[in-house]
Amino acid sequence: MAVLVDLLSWVLLMAGSLFCVTGGIGLIRLPDFFCRVHGASVLDSLGTILLLLGLMLQAGLTLVTLKLILILLFLFLTGPTAMHALARAALHGGMKPDVAADTDEVAP
Amino acid sequence: MFAIATLALFVVMSLALLRGLIGPSIYDRVLALNSFGTATVLFIAVLGFLSGRPDFMDLAMLYALINFIGTLAVLKFFQFGSLGDTATDDNPEEQQN
Repeated sequence: MAVLVDLLSWVLLMAGSLFCVTGGIGLIRLPDFFCRVHGASVLDSLGTILLLLGLMLQAGLTLVTLKLILILLFLFLTGPTAMHALARAALHGGMKPDVAADTDEVAP
Repeated sequence: MFAIATLALFVVMSLALLRGLIGPSIYDRVLALNSFGTATVLFIAVLGFLSGRPDFMDLAMLYALINFIGTLAVLKFFQFGSLGDTATDDNPEEQQN
């Protein structure tokens, strides 16, 4: 049973690390600001959830798990809120999404 | 396995710092700041487990709070030009104190 929990925690930690690195690479490589918001949201939501779940499985039923749950709840509430506020502020501040020329005939 | 997660978070923090340095607009820099803060919260949490003493979760919680408030404060400052009331801007020289 302990080996099973350890294995599950390992898988969750590795998946969280993978999504974190994916979000970081997207933060550098994506061409537009609004695309970069999408890349950072992957790091903010999926990477955070998977990493903290893996840590919770490692900690067991202790006070550390309670603190990890609090961190997870807080990040889960504030991460998308901050991203939404950021994208809205950028759109309000005059940044336009960089739409490519060859997608113009597809768009209505 | 905590070492691998720590290394991955190091990479993410470096990439976010790079985006903050080369970011063309101010919103790119704010985005990099927010991502760097999130990666730091996760880094503190993983580092506690890596060193065998997971007692730093309070620091991670506090850093998450400060990160959110800081992001919104910087956004509001760049959107409105001030952090306080923006209605009374008859003579902006008086508000410089």
